[in-house]
Amino acid sequence: MRGWPRSDGRKGIRNVVAVAYLVECAHHVAREVAAVDRDNAHVIGFPGCFPNAYAQKMMERLCTHPNVGAVLLVSLGCESFNRQQVEAVVRATGRPVKVLVIQNTGGTRSTIAAGRDWVAQQVAALAVAPTVPMAISDLIVGTVCGGSDGTSGITGNPAAGIAFDKLVAAGAACIFEETGELIGCEAIMESRAATPALAAELRASVEKAARYYATLGYGSFASGNADGGLTTIEEKSLGAYMKSGQSVISGLIKPGDIPPKGGLYLMDVVPDGEVRFGFPNISDNAEIVEMMASGAHCTLFVTGRGSVVGSALAPVIKIAANPHMYARLSEDMDVNAGRVLDGTASLEEVGQEIYDMVISLASGTRSKSEELGHQEFILTYKSFEPIGPACLPV
Amino acid sequence: MLTDPRLMLLSPGDSVYVLRDQIAAQEAVMVDGVAVSFPQPLGLGHKIARLAVPEGQKVIKYGAPIGRASRAIAPGDHVHLHNLVSDYTPTYALNTGEA
Repeated sequence: MRGWPRSDGRKGIRNVVAVAYLVECAHHVAREVAAVDRDNAHVIGFPGCFPNAYAQKMMERLCTHPNVGAVLLVSLGCESFNRQQVEAVVRATGRPVKVLVIQNTGGTRSTIAAGRDWVAQQVAALAVAPTVPMAISDLIVGTVCGGSDGTSGITGNPAAGIAFDKLVAAGAACIFEETGELIGCEAIMESRAATPALAAELRASVEKAARYYATLGYGSFASGNADGGLTTIEEKSLGAYMKSGQSVISGLIKPGDIPPKGGLYLMDVVPDGEVRFGFPNISDNAEIVEMMASGAHCTLFVTGRGSVVGSALAPVIKIAANPHMYARLSEDMDVNAGRVLDGTASLEEVGQEIYDMVISLASGTRSKSEELGHQEFILTYKSFEPIGPACLPV
Repeated sequence: MLTDPRLMLLSPGDSVYVLRDQIAAQEAVMVDGVAVSFPQPLGLGHKIARLAVPEGQKVIKYGAPIGRASRAIAPGDHVHLHNLVSDYTPTYALNTGEA
């Protein structure tokens, strides 16, 4: 494995230019700028015009993600987003950063031209940037499941859990999340906490999720989950929980908190306080974005129904839980965990395959969704309180 | 007692088996020595009852409760939205005809 060293000590497994729009009104210009080199310039951004501390923190973390080598900020000019602050945060890391304000740059065509010139210069410079050796203990790996069905919790999720156990044992930090999809798992999860105080925090995070979703009136459960044989949120949760493997849970983090060392971390993604701004995670990529903000270099994505998404900035490994779906969508799937059901592979073998694929990704191999140009990204409004001292006991 | 190899028991105390392959409408499936069939096809990942569960009692899968029976469940029944409900939030389903 090799990585691009960053000034904060982290290392990236990719070296891309982030083209960030700071309000939806600048999205088109950002997209057109990045189109000059879609492999190396990835669009991220925040659509809202009104200030939000969570979105500000997320964008600062994403613009300084280890896989990012340079940042172009595209502003309309009158939005509330604090572009000076994010520019200062990026500049302090030593990365090249440029701000283009459309209202001051002559409009759409002029801003696209200026942005493309700058991006092309950065891509040329990043292409010759030196790399350094990278260890498994330098890695942060996230996991999500999306488009789950009755096979997810039997094949793909436990196989991802085995890969997580191997990564944690080798010193990596691994993040599992979506407390709204751990409803019903409180008791078994708290028994794995590193300390009793952390156990209480884990339980409280799931209870908060249950309250939040009860207010909304729906669980984190899509219609396709039921078509695939899942009946209740707690059944989906128990399957989702399998992704966490069997390691001790070292800490509870919130989006943008970077794991202080190796180990297994739960990310609490449900906002604090009264219910505001709607659904906590409106689609799978919102979860991937939050784990990237916490430094995830790549994401293990387990799907039963057949999701095809990837992500901007950090590659996604697609793990098919359902062998019938794999047969239909093999062009999008990196791993066929459905082999466990027909007896052609064991969970351990699939877990090892996923682990090997993470190492290979960090050595430069591209995943299916990367090859296909998937660079989905979504960031919406949320509100969080900082984590308490019991959340990171060691 | 004979059980179809396409049925998986995930944890010893579970009240349901999980299908590891799809079954066709009217196809016979052996559940602990009793042949059952269903009017519609069932996809892999769907649940078939192994134990009787009285109305209001917990249904167990992975060794943990996944909700409660909204009507009495008999061994061999398809266990899904028509007889199992969440103890937390209701399940939204657009179309449950597809399996």
